[in-house]
Parts: sequence; C-alpha cells; structure tokens
Amino acid sequence: MQALVIVAHGSHLNPDASTPTYDHADTIREAGVFDEVKTGFWKEEPSFREVLRTVESEEVYVVPLFISEGYFTEEVIPRELRLDEWDLDEWDSDGTSATHTTLEAADVEKTVHYCGPVGTHDAMSDVIVRRAESVTGDPDVGEGFALAVVGHGTERNENSAKAVRLHADRIEGMDRFEEVKALFMDEDPEIDDVADFFETTDVVVVPLFVSDGYHTQEDIPEDMGLTDDYRTGWETPSDVDGHRIWYAGAVGTEALTADVLIERAADAGANVGDAIEEIRRKTRSAGADAEAGAGD
Amino acid sequence: MTDVNDTQLDALLSAADDGVECDGLSVTRTDGGYRFETPEETHTGLSQPALRELAAQNPWFVSNWYHWNRTDRPDTERAYLRWLEGADERTVPERYEWLADGGIVASWGELRIDIAPGADGERVYTVRNGADGEVAPEELDVRTDPADARGLLKRDDRGRYRPLKTAPTLPTGWAFVDLDGPALAETVEYVYPATIANWYLERRGDLDVNHWRETMERQSGIYGVIKTWDRGEGHEHVDWVAEACCDDSQCLKRREWQYDDETELDVDGGDGAFPCREPCSLVVTAARKWTKLEGERSRTYEFELTPSEKEQIEEIIGTVADGDVEDVREADIYDGANRYRARFLRAKRFDDEDRLCGVPTDEDGV
Repeated sequence: MQALVIVAHGSHLNPDASTPTYDHADTIREAGVFDEVKTGFWKEEPSFREVLRTVESEEVYVVPLFISEGYFTEEVIPRELRLDEWDLDEWDSDGTSATHTTLEAADVEKTVHYCGPVGTHDAMSDVIVRRAESVTGDPDVGEGFALAVVGHGTERNENSAKAVRLHADRIEGMDRFEEVKALFMDEDPEIDDVADFFETTDVVVVPLFVSDGYHTQEDIPEDMGLTDDYRTGWETPSDVDGHRIWYAGAVGTEALTADVLIERAADAGANVGDAIEEIRRKTRSAGADAEAGAGD
Repeated sequence: MTDVNDTQLDALLSAADDGVECDGLSVTRTDGGYRFETPEETHTGLSQPALRELAAQNPWFVSNWYHWNRTDRPDTERAYLRWLEGADERTVPERYEWLADGGIVASWGELRIDIAPGADGERVYTVRNGADGEVAPEELDVRTDPADARGLLKRDDRGRYRPLKTAPTLPTGWAFVDLDGPALAETVEYVYPATIANWYLERRGDLDVNHWRETMERQSGIYGVIKTWDRGEGHEHVDWVAEACCDDSQCLKRREWQYDDETELDVDGGDGAFPCREPCSLVVTAARKWTKLEGERSRTYEFELTPSEKEQIEEIIGTVADGDVEDVREADIYDGANRYRARFLRAKRFDDEDRLCGVPTDEDGV
C-alpha cells in the first residue's frame, strides 16, 4: 500500500487556509492511485506530529504544500514527523532543486519518502500559466499579455525569491507571454511599482503563495494600487497607471496544483499510473467551470 | 432477524480447519469431526454438512465472526469499532438484541454514534452531534460522504472558525448516515483527527506522551523563546496554561502530558475518551505570548474603585474566560458583564486614553 501525505501550514485564524490542501487531496483521492491520501498541518489537525500514525500504508510519500525550501521544509517538518535520520545534505539542493529522500519515522514502522516542496517543482510553472488562463478566462492567454510572478522576497528566506525567479525564467523560456518578470513584496523590483516594469498594457499578476490570506488578499492588492482598502474589493482587471492588472490570487488555489503534488510523489518513486495526465485534463475543465461560475 | 448467508457459511467452513475463535464462538476440527461451541451449546463429532446446519442455526455468532474477521481492516479500526459496541463486555446475543431493539448508542467527544443492524449482521452507523440526539437524522443536514465533515464542522453554531477540532464547540444540525465501519472511522477521523490512533496506542500501553519540557525544548524559530519560561522554579506557570487551555470546558482531549516525566501538573487532565499526548500548536502559540508577557515584573498600581466596581471587573473577566459573553442578555443590568454596565464603568473610570482610573501603565507616565 502507498499513501500520499500532504503537509501544509494551516492557520489558527484563517478558516480558508486549509481549503486548497483539502481540495487537492480530494482531487488526488479521486484519481485513485494512492491507497490513502491524508493531510497534516503545522497549525491545524492532524498535526505534523500525529499525521503519520493515521496512515496504514507502509510506503508514505510526504509532499510539503509549501512554496520554497527553507525553515519549514528543512527543519520543522522533518523534526515534527520524527525523521530522525534527516540530513539536509541528502537533498543536495541549490535552494530550489530538492527532489526527495527516503527515511524512517521514529514513531511508526513506515518508509517515508520525504519530497521537496511543490513550489520549486518545474510543474509549478505550468500551474502559474494555468492560473493566468483562469483569471483571464482565456486558455490561450499569452499574446498581448505580460506576466508577473510575485513572491515574498528574501526578508525571511533567500530561497523564497529563488523559487519565484526560477518560474519566471522558465515561463519566459516558453515564449508565450510578451514579458515575464519576478516581483517581490519586500525587495526590488517591488510590486508597488508594478506598472513601471511592463510595456505591455495587460499584465497578469500571479502570487506564488499556497493559499489566500493576509498577503494575497490584503497586502498585495493594496500595494499594487488595485484598491485603497482591500475590504471594498477590486475589479479584475483593474486599471493601474495605464495598465490593466489581472490579479490572480494565490497560485496554490489553482486546481492544477494537485498535479504538482502527485508529480513530486512520482519523482520519489510512487506508482501513479496515468494520474498525472488525468489530473491535468480534469483540472483544465474544472478551471473553465470555475471561470464560468465567477462570471455569473 | 439476522440471517446468515452462504458466503458467511462457506467462509466459516473453510476457516474451521484452522480453528475459529470469536466472542464465544469456537469451531475446531478434531480427529473425530468438527466441534462447534457457543456459551449456550457444545456439539462434537460433526460432519461438514452437520456443521453447516448448526452454523446456519446460529446466525448471530456466525455473522458476528464474519463481520469482525475481515482481514482488510486495520487493527486500529477494528478495535475501535468493536469498542464502540462494547464487544469485549457484552455477549453476542446481548449486542444483537440491542442492535435489533433500537440499536446501540455510543459517544466519542461530542459525537453520538448510533449502530444499527444492517443486512446479514453488518453494522450501519449514523453520526451526529450528541446535542441532536433526539432529532431524527432526516430532519438534519444529511450527508453520506465523510469528507463533507471538514467543511461542515469548520465553524461553530455562532459561525466562528474552530481552530481546535477537539474544542467542545461542535456545531449542530447535521448527520452522517448509512456509514459502514471504514466510513464511520473516516468520519470520526475528520471530526477529531488522530484520536482513534492515539486511543488505540493508549489502550495497548504504547501511547508516546511528550511532556511540556521536552515539547518546548524542541521548539525553534519564533517559538524557541518558550523554553526560557521554565526557570527551574516549579511549574505553576504550566498549571496556569493547562487550566487556561486544556480544561474539559476548552478541549475534549484528556491531557496526559505533564510538566516532565517526573513532575505532574497540579490541575486535572480531564475526563475525555481520547488522550492528548503533547501540548498542541494552540498551546505552543499561546505559550509564546505568555512567555513574553510573563517576562514583565509585577508593579503596584493604585486604582480607586467602589467595592461593586471591583467585583464587576472580576465578573467581566469570569464571563469572558468562560466564553459566556453572548449569554449576557441585552438588558440584564444585574449582570456585571452586561454591555451597558461595562460602558458605564468605562465612561466613569477610564480617561481619554482608555486608562483605568487615569493611571499610567508605565512608570514614565505613558
């Protein structure tokens, strides 16, 4: 038996923080390639400490629903899961290149395949593009559009900015959008001046965050000038200094994120059959439905 | 009436060669034929057709064995489901009579779990809030997919987010029906995560309790400061934490963690069915705040209050601490925590900067 365990931050204050985690777990559960799909949280339950004991399978693929490598993926999660033999060198990462390592957890007799975070997987670039498709309602969006990938910046973790630049570079290499840039909340180039960085009128802005919350729903919209007060909401697109800003909200809420979770597990050796193709196909129609609903 | 079907009889006959033992039913093969035994009767020297005939006449014992003998279930789940219907304390006839006579009712935290007889000795489970116990499931928001519990139970009846799933604030008005054993366990897992696993570990004597000291020593990042709160001067501060956060009125888990493995806390751990094996993330987060606040030294302030005003402040704190603010009626001016009473006190005793009796908080007069 093989299990997928998605580990995420969760929140004591924001009831919606866990929603993307649950949604992706359901998508993967429906694909039927794992005997069990479980979720564990830092701030909610089951906790990282206790999630593995809720699993029956002997082979467990743990995928962090986090954006970058750093404090949580390198210290908190391995410690709380009791991966006593964890050694950062096992990941042999340059800050964005961790794939997986295989360990034992001290409190359960299971083999734990501990994977890198979703945010640094190459497939996340596709989720960012899909997010742009969702917010514009155009499955071919690209021509006549610029794309900004937004991250927190280096204030707390230098790898956070690396992940943002990684995807911006990859998407630029797709030659799909007129311009692609990495912007940040607390370092240059800053999102406050979003209009200054693009020549293209239409700019899709995708924050590389796992779930919507304070940063994506309050800080960034106000900093970019989409609204003076986040509580009054904003238009999509919004006019800012002669540009039309298509603000997408947290990329992690995009249904295709489930694909990255499953790809992480597959890279670590999980048998996922044709689930990757199936999820890519299913979430595409789900995205179209969501867009139709949003326009009602 | 419970029937026993051919599948169950065939299974019993093929298992008989290796011996069957379950809740008083014993079937073995001896040189002189099969032996079939229940607490009421013993038959020996049976041929296979005779054994089959006898088994068909004992549908409760046979279907009960078949039900619990399925090998595709985790030990944890089987032990839990058997515990719910009291399989270790009640005989098979007792349980089947109960099942037939309105079903067996069990509880788990605030959950009421009804066990009803299904076809051929299967069990059918219904889960709802115990407070809805007298309401017919059909009158509630009826669900059959365990995963629905996540969204349904995220907020309490007042619409507030429940960050602690074992807080005694489970909303009412819903029911999960037509659940088999695995679906029941899955539903319970969504309502009270990991409680079945920890209950099972405790039952086997294997619960891995992590006490306060080791849990706080483990913390890092912004929570690393908490370990400095333990100054080798006793554990009164942890008693206060447990009294604030872990009391049965706040959390249904039974606190098993103590100050350390040699020092018990002075407050009661509660009576919950499922154990709490280490300080949870809410306790850790609150402890970080208290570590900072408790770094302050006490000072002597002088406030001028009437005796009733002093008691009113105590009443307000008591009402907030007990979560009873919403229960204070709009015009109940006899209650010190009534809004008008509190506003009067503020109007009279606070200065323009909201300072009680105009007394500065800091020594420099701020």
